[in-house]
Amino acid sequence: MASIAEPVHAPPAARTAPARDFQIVPLVGLPVVAVVIGGLIAAIATNSLWALDFYHVAGGGLWTAIDLFLGLIIGPIMGTMSIPARVEFSTRLMPKMVLLMPTLVTMTLGSGFQLARLLGNLSANSPEHGWLVASYIVVGVMATIALGLLEPANIAVLFELRKPQPNGPRIERLMKVFIYTAGITGLMQVATLVIMTHVAAG
Amino acid sequence: MEAHEAQVQLVPGDGPLPPVQQISIAVLVLIVIGGIYTAVHLPRHVPQGPTIALLIAAALLLAVNVALLARIEQFNWRVFRQVAGWVLLAYAVIAGMLEYVFVYDHTRGTQLLILTLMLVVFALDIPVLLGFSVARFQALDHSS
Repeated sequence: MASIAEPVHAPPAARTAPARDFQIVPLVGLPVVAVVIGGLIAAIATNSLWALDFYHVAGGGLWTAIDLFLGLIIGPIMGTMSIPARVEFSTRLMPKMVLLMPTLVTMTLGSGFQLARLLGNLSANSPEHGWLVASYIVVGVMATIALGLLEPANIAVLFELRKPQPNGPRIERLMKVFIYTAGITGLMQVATLVIMTHVAAG
Repeated sequence: MEAHEAQVQLVPGDGPLPPVQQISIAVLVLIVIGGIYTAVHLPRHVPQGPTIALLIAAALLLAVNVALLARIEQFNWRVFRQVAGWVLLAYAVIAGMLEYVFVYDHTRGTQLLILTLMLVVFALDIPVLLGFSVARFQALDHSS
């Protein structure tokens, strides 16, 4: 089953390009991620309201802003760039996204759930319970899109870029998936903003 | 990673492949629904019937996916193992953190067992998804 194999046709621009040597996961960023996640664990373990609030607001704000910026600003700009330029840009952008986005998502969701528990919003009797359920659904849809479509496209592009002869059309196709899904999750983040500001305002 | 480039690269990704990615997303959807259903009821008692049904369905789909994956004849298994291995490590950390929060928040008994198994399915599904998504576009590695 499924033994079809096809020759790869590299685009002219990529055919003469030397193999790119870059780290798919930027190792220099791992200590920063470890510190951030360690801080999150400490915030949850100590139930510090300020620390949980900080992690939730900072993480959520950055997550939303980056999603919107990628989907609505960077995406259309990339669409007008030549394929070699897109490859160059993606080579620099995508490894950073591999570390940044999962860290921001973990920060936001981990602290958010604990914050809701501390503030009593998880309780079915809470007047905000319905809004929180709506936020679970929005986050669930975003997580499915991000893990099911966005992240696979991100990783596949990075591996393609490391080939001596990257397949330009394939990179373009995968980048479209990445940018569009980032845009969709960005727009869904607007719904999250509405819900969260309503919950915060009481 | 060093690519083993032949004069003509052969990749399976542009041809027909089993729907591993789609099934992985379906598993993810079932786990997310189970998670939302549980979160809606917490901290009260969570009715276990729907969560167990969702867990069994997700586990079965995951098993089908692994079986479909194993039947692919021409595939770059070296890259699949490389990507899936590192992703498994990362998601084991994430699942471990979530497990820590459940235990810390005094989730116990059958509910903890169901949530733990859901995390296990989740932590196995994502490596399959990402490993497949990358390896399908890699040249066949005849050394493996």
